[in-house]
Amino acid sequence: MKTLVWVEHDGRTVRESTLAAVTAAGKLGEVHLLVAGQNIGSVATTAAMIAGVEKVIAADDEAYAHASAENIAPLVVKLMAEHDAFLAPATTSGKAIAPRVAALLDVMQISDILSIESKDTFTRPIYAGNAIATVRTSDAKLVVTVRGTAFEKAESQGGAGTIEAIIGTGDQGLSTFIGQERAQSARPELTSAKVIVAGGRALGSVEKFAELLEPLADRLGAGIGASRAAVDAGFAPNDYQVGQTGKIVAPEVYVAVGISGAIQHLAGMKDSKTIIAINKDEDAPIFQVADFGLVGDLFEFVPELTSKL
Amino acid sequence: MKVLVPVKRVLDYNVKPRVKADGTGIELANVKMSMNPFDEIAVEEAVRLKEGGAVNEIVVVSIGDAKAQETLRTALAMGADRAIHVVTVEKVEPLGVAKVLAKIAEAELPQLIILGKQAIDDDNNQTGQMLAGLLSWGQGTFASKVELAADAVVVTREVDGGLQTERFGLPAIITADLRLNEPRYASLPNIMKAKSKPLVQKALDDFGIDLKPRLTTISVSEPATRPAGLKLASVDELVTRLHAMGVAK
Repeated sequence: MKTLVWVEHDGRTVRESTLAAVTAAGKLGEVHLLVAGQNIGSVATTAAMIAGVEKVIAADDEAYAHASAENIAPLVVKLMAEHDAFLAPATTSGKAIAPRVAALLDVMQISDILSIESKDTFTRPIYAGNAIATVRTSDAKLVVTVRGTAFEKAESQGGAGTIEAIIGTGDQGLSTFIGQERAQSARPELTSAKVIVAGGRALGSVEKFAELLEPLADRLGAGIGASRAAVDAGFAPNDYQVGQTGKIVAPEVYVAVGISGAIQHLAGMKDSKTIIAINKDEDAPIFQVADFGLVGDLFEFVPELTSKL
Repeated sequence: MKVLVPVKRVLDYNVKPRVKADGTGIELANVKMSMNPFDEIAVEEAVRLKEGGAVNEIVVVSIGDAKAQETLRTALAMGADRAIHVVTVEKVEPLGVAKVLAKIAEAELPQLIILGKQAIDDDNNQTGQMLAGLLSWGQGTFASKVELAADAVVVTREVDGGLQTERFGLPAIITADLRLNEPRYASLPNIMKAKSKPLVQKALDDFGIDLKPRLTTISVSEPATRPAGLKLASVDELVTRLHAMGVAK
């Protein structure tokens, strides 16, 4: 089976979520990567060094500069004439592109896979991860998005893929990029952070959220996350959200501060290796998944913890 | 301008899903069902666009058994004008749903189709993008802000690491993310009024589409549970644990 993996990148580096998709693709067959973007020479070179990659297909075109699903999908469809499976990381860009590709190929996509049972059978979470479905496809070609926390990340070094430059399929004229606001942060990105400190509504304000969590995160070298309630209340920006509809994370250590643990939040973090919960309500559902719990006032405990680390 | 909003009836988001004992799916008998929360946001956005004067008709559509009409009536009570119920007792996959919606779009000619970004039952997050692909329209996925102009729509999208703004020519697809708006509760007078709004039924077979499922669900199981944790007595104990794990600097 020949697989094609869409590479998510920022113009310089390959995003880590792609490495998990490469591992998944390797379980299915030969791994080819698609690097689409503008001035992507160095990304293509980096991608070719990922362990297990046989070929990098590089499409350099302004139309692919902002991962436009409208422009990338026809390119993938064209390449799928010679591939059997298309895989994308289950990130916002991957989720935007893959179903469009699937529809154009008349294939039913399998979203957010957790494991590959055989070449046509996969497991995936449903109902916010409250159940795991095992599904088998009858489609001749596969279109799959891969949950980044469910597969080991391929080594970024050690591969020696060839690079093939191709002409793109151009701008479809359906969308125009206007701008983006990137959250500026020196902290590790949530989906790749080893430690995450996450806050909930109990923090009470945007000031307290920052005042309590940032020093703790600094001490732990952690990324900062938030529950939906905290984001909705304006304590944290939306890309901090961990949960069913936010980011899915699985760090070594997840510290939940003032998060009660709604099932939608647990869906996004319960695969963390160690979960620590600090909450004043000892019956909060977060304690059912926490390895270590501290029951009490977070406004006392968090500064004390920070000072003692 | 006409807006089409597809809606789905799902297990209410406050109900804890239970896996059936025989492992064939989730228990849906005698549990509370509601409109998919993201679809509520999509309906609300359409109603706000109508209240703003840019839209003059909102058509809602649902594919499902007789109970799907309850969901359509809810959308009508929120402010939609008329409803199309595509009747089937079979489960239709996102690809099939997108094909049916494409047919409806060809007949209704909406300038905008607003969908929820995903249904909270199967968590597929596919239908809007598939529909956009089938129709060759632009797709403003994961929208947190929508601004409508005469011939285009500007959508602010929630993407990993921030927000992205794109402009799409009309007609276009929008999929609603959580923070696009806060859906209203339908008032009692509007619920009464919704009962007399037009709702037409169409048989799924009449669309002449091959909807044979491509995926077979072999089993549905409970996720692995985590063993019970330990309540610690003091911050000092936690500090010790963190040092033992090697994460404290």
